[in-house]
Amino acid sequence: MVENRPWLTFFSHLTVIVGVIIIAFPIWMTFVASTHDQATMLQSPVPLWPGTHLLENYRDVLVRGYEGRPGTVPLYVTLTNSLVMALGVAIGKILISIISAFAIVYFRFPLRMTFFWMIFVTLMLPVEVRIVPTYGVVANLGMLDSYPGLVIPLIASATATFLFRQFFLSVPDELTEAARVDGASPMRFFWDILLPMSRTSIAALFVIQFIYGWNQYLWPLLITTKESFYTIVMNVSRQANVVDATPSWNLLMAMAMLAMLPPVLVVMSMQRLFVRGLVETEK
Amino acid sequence: MEKRVVFNERWLPYLLVAPQMIITLVFFFWPSAQAMWQSVLVEDAFGGNSKFVWFENFVSLLSDPNYYDSARLTLIFSALVASIGLAVSLLLAVMADRIIRGASIYKTILIWPYAVAPAVAGVLWGFLFNPSVGIVVWLLHGIGIDFNYVMNGNQALLLVVFASVWAQVSYNFLFFLAGLQSIPKSLIEAAAIDGAGPTRRFWDIVFPLLAPTGFFLLVINTLYSLVGTFGVIASLTQGGPGQATNILVYKVYNDGFRGQDLGSSSAQSVILMLLMILLTFVQFRFVERRIHY
Repeated sequence: MVENRPWLTFFSHLTVIVGVIIIAFPIWMTFVASTHDQATMLQSPVPLWPGTHLLENYRDVLVRGYEGRPGTVPLYVTLTNSLVMALGVAIGKILISIISAFAIVYFRFPLRMTFFWMIFVTLMLPVEVRIVPTYGVVANLGMLDSYPGLVIPLIASATATFLFRQFFLSVPDELTEAARVDGASPMRFFWDILLPMSRTSIAALFVIQFIYGWNQYLWPLLITTKESFYTIVMNVSRQANVVDATPSWNLLMAMAMLAMLPPVLVVMSMQRLFVRGLVETEK
Repeated sequence: MEKRVVFNERWLPYLLVAPQMIITLVFFFWPSAQAMWQSVLVEDAFGGNSKFVWFENFVSLLSDPNYYDSARLTLIFSALVASIGLAVSLLLAVMADRIIRGASIYKTILIWPYAVAPAVAGVLWGFLFNPSVGIVVWLLHGIGIDFNYVMNGNQALLLVVFASVWAQVSYNFLFFLAGLQSIPKSLIEAAAIDGAGPTRRFWDIVFPLLAPTGFFLLVINTLYSLVGTFGVIASLTQGGPGQATNILVYKVYNDGFRGQDLGSSSAQSVILMLLMILLTFVQFRFVERRIHY
């Protein structure tokens, strides 16, 4: 900065620290709750500092599910489902978007702009606004309670296609010319030149789409009826809604921690890529 | 923008766009068309028969006071989520931008909520504000405020707004921070040399230059509050108590899946789709303009 204003600097730190505390507080309390026994978490005020039941609680939900009741599943099952769904959505989106963007940028063919606009329109209508009919279609196709049903309807993505289109447009034409002069086929050009150049875009997009897939709530809620296909996010929300005289907050919060952990780890460990992916996909 | 150099192939491009087009047609255009078709039908309560009724579903929807209540509620909810969310994240971003020491630690923590699903955010806030064990409820009770979101509609709305803002703050923060960092330092320095204080510099230089980012975020936050907050509401209040948090997108789900009123739910879907299309259109018009900003 051009000047030294100690009070303003102090005030900036203070504001950000207060912000950080408010942002982190719900997560801290969730963690604390997941380390006590059930009885402690039923008395108000609840403790603000971790207890000694961490391993026990987490083992419990992972192996038995929420209190091992009927209608609940061990969390390793729901975690696996979420992982399959998140990876499926992320990889699926990247695969189909990168090739369609390649076609739209590098070829001239009838209906090209029609296709482009059809992809564009999907941007406007998320699942939430067309819940009932989309459910109907998936039911007709016999895809309820299946991994393809969880993944495929979510992988048509305009944002990913636009990101790749944007990137391809910035690739110098000389490269394409050189490839053509050397007699490379379009697919050869795609594999040997375009794909290696897109690595960072792909990685950034992967981070964003993994979180998108993992955090899906409504879609798995609609199309899964068997517990063995539940995902962790919907499972946590479901258990939280069960009206109960003596809820096991310790176990519920352990489940919530497990639901947050993978996407938080992805964001933490790939912060730079994540920020880049976020800012680029939305523009 | 178009490429100058392209490949000449007859069938290959169709093959390449096919997967995306098939998925888009089957899971996107087909259901959307069905929503429109359903919205002009009335289904027999005992299944099977449906009757074409023109715009009867829309007429009865638009003359239903419940629908207006939900629309009014959505308006208040969206305005609160967008304005509080933008104000808080702008403040944090401006302050974080000033900080040199420790900035990356703050930033790391501030982006956490992005990774938390709205539905999970609802569960966390429900725990903090649980009427019997919630720590915040206990604190509020200490200063003489009774907070019970399960019984009190206004408090339920407030809680849903907080949880929704919390889940969206990181996103706004990152965009504002990126916007701030793209403002040339020389502009700020020139103003400082001319004797403008930090407040003056913020309002006269930084704020106008951030306006495009702010407008973009306004649209995104409005869309988020209309649709993305579904998980928060489903986890926290399920539209209740009464109709206190039954915003439009939750009503579509409630009427369609729980109430089994397909005609009305589809008509609501169609109205919501139109609203989304309008907002996206506004956003893209604006993005077009921003290029020449």
